Amino acid sequence: MRALAALAGILRKVCGTFIGATGFAIVLIIIAMAVFAPIVATHDPDQLDVLNRFAPPSAAHWLGTDHLGRDLYSRLVHGSTIAMFVALTSIILALSFGTILGILAAFLSTRAESVILILFDVISSFPSLVLALAIVSVFGPSMSIVIIIVAITLTPHFGRVARAQVLTLKNAPFLEAERILGASGSRIIVMHILPNIMGTLLVLASMDIPVVITIEAGLSFLGLGVRPPLASWGTLVQDGYQFLTDSWIPVVVASLALAFATLGFTLFGEALRDAVDPRIRPRH
Amino acid sequence: MLRYFFSRLVTTVLIVFGAMLLLFLLTAVVPGDPAVTLLGPQASPELVKRFVSEMGLDQPIHVRLWRFFANVLSGNLGVDVVSGRSVWSLVLNVLPDTLILTFSAILLAVVTGVPLGIYAATHRGSLLDNVLAFVSVAFIAVPSFVIAIFLLLIFSIWLDWLPVLGAGRSGDFWDAARRLILPTLSIAATWIGFIARLVRTSMLEVLNEPYIRTSRAYGLSERMVTYKYALKNACIPTIAVLGLGLGRLLGNAVFVEIVFARPGLGRLIYGAISERNFPVVQGAVLVVVVLFVLINLVVDLSYSALDPRIRRDGAGGSPV
Repeated sequence: MRALAALAGILRKVCGTFIGATGFAIVLIIIAMAVFAPIVATHDPDQLDVLNRFAPPSAAHWLGTDHLGRDLYSRLVHGSTIAMFVALTSIILALSFGTILGILAAFLSTRAESVILILFDVISSFPSLVLALAIVSVFGPSMSIVIIIVAITLTPHFGRVARAQVLTLKNAPFLEAERILGASGSRIIVMHILPNIMGTLLVLASMDIPVVITIEAGLSFLGLGVRPPLASWGTLVQDGYQFLTDSWIPVVVASLALAFATLGFTLFGEALRDAVDPRIRPRH
Repeated sequence: MLRYFFSRLVTTVLIVFGAMLLLFLLTAVVPGDPAVTLLGPQASPELVKRFVSEMGLDQPIHVRLWRFFANVLSGNLGVDVVSGRSVWSLVLNVLPDTLILTFSAILLAVVTGVPLGIYAATHRGSLLDNVLAFVSVAFIAVPSFVIAIFLLLIFSIWLDWLPVLGAGRSGDFWDAARRLILPTLSIAATWIGFIARLVRTSMLEVLNEPYIRTSRAYGLSERMVTYKYALKNACIPTIAVLGLGLGRLLGNAVFVEIVFARPGLGRLIYGAISERNFPVVQGAVLVVVVLFVLINLVVDLSYSALDPRIRRDGAGGSPV
């Protein structure tokens, strides 16, 4: 109950600003679309209707149709499911590995710590998209590759913050007291350290969602991420871009949807950070 | 300073070696027969045979690793499996295009972002300050290839003001410059707002420092205080962020090169992936990584030269 009340308080703060409220509304819309995609969509996203290519927006097709006559609105709705799935799985993976490595770095010997930190440096020193290109060239494009690449790229991000947070907590008097009372190392980590650093890490996670959406859409745009016929936002932009001379509607609609989503999540993430802890550094 | 320089140098070398190891391991962990997987099912038996001997795939792994490192360190990035040209010459051919695009984007972002940030900081709460606050977030959030597509659609297709694709005829400076405008703008758009916001925040922080109050009390003009004393210190975080963001910038350049069909490292890698030309991917990615790490090193060192506080702890790696 206390956690729920705290969450409600944070959300109230987020919605207190215009930017935060806008972001939160967009996030809610996209999550609802992603979860209820089969209900929200008006058509089967893969149903072809070649005679009806590049139809302009109408009552039957709210946002018009693409180069194969598929309903754009329904494809966008199903695209949100893919974007959310990729974002959530890769961020949960990165959050878990990053937190574990970060806590290990803070508790293990200096040598192990420097090995972990160098590992983080090496990963962050790779321009992540270029790393993705090299891996895709070997394994071929697929959604799971995208998830793994994004997870690896984001791990140092969480790991560094987790380590820094643990270092400031490690010698806190209340942990000293626990230790004197005979609490084991694992008990201290699970019961005391994790709950204390989770808030910051979750804010970071929310700020990473638009980054992941961008990477996934970018790779799919290049044809190196989610494979057709799955309707990823990136593939929708790519489809529209290829047929730009036939109709500009598909590419504009798909790009706007993508921009709308990343903007909404960014605004929400920043408002959440301001509400929880303005000192958390954004990713850049 | 020397110690800091040395430890940064060691980290840099380690990172480049790590990258080389990873790129090498990719050939070792490919599923199935590496030659067939890397070249694709349509590859002719002769091509497969040449590829196997050139990449040394018939040798044990430690020999291959040794050969790969020895080759790369002596400047041999391998051979293009399709054309037989050296990967190094392919990379050198397009490297200037990517560098020009990246640096013109940084230049544009700094030249417009810094003054906007100063204005916002010295005119807090003004209309421009508020507009900037929103627009900067908006442009940071939107992927660069989406911005590129919109610019292309508006300025090249609807308004027909600027040429659509390519880098222009070689030697024709104005044509090349005109074709550089939209790609540069697509990359810089993200950064203008970001730099402006960063300069604004650090300016506001610096303007509250006691030494600024002192210089005002001494009767220095507001101009002198803002530009000579405040701006200098406010620039430090901007430089750091520019360095950190270069990886993203190079990544953005890849997409923008593809949208505008410009030659460059991004298009080279992308093309090589489509035609399953792994040596080219490997070599070009390595060049991008080395470039990125070197720029980061330079940024780090200039950062520590500007701000002596960073040198004091003497530790390499990223300041957490």
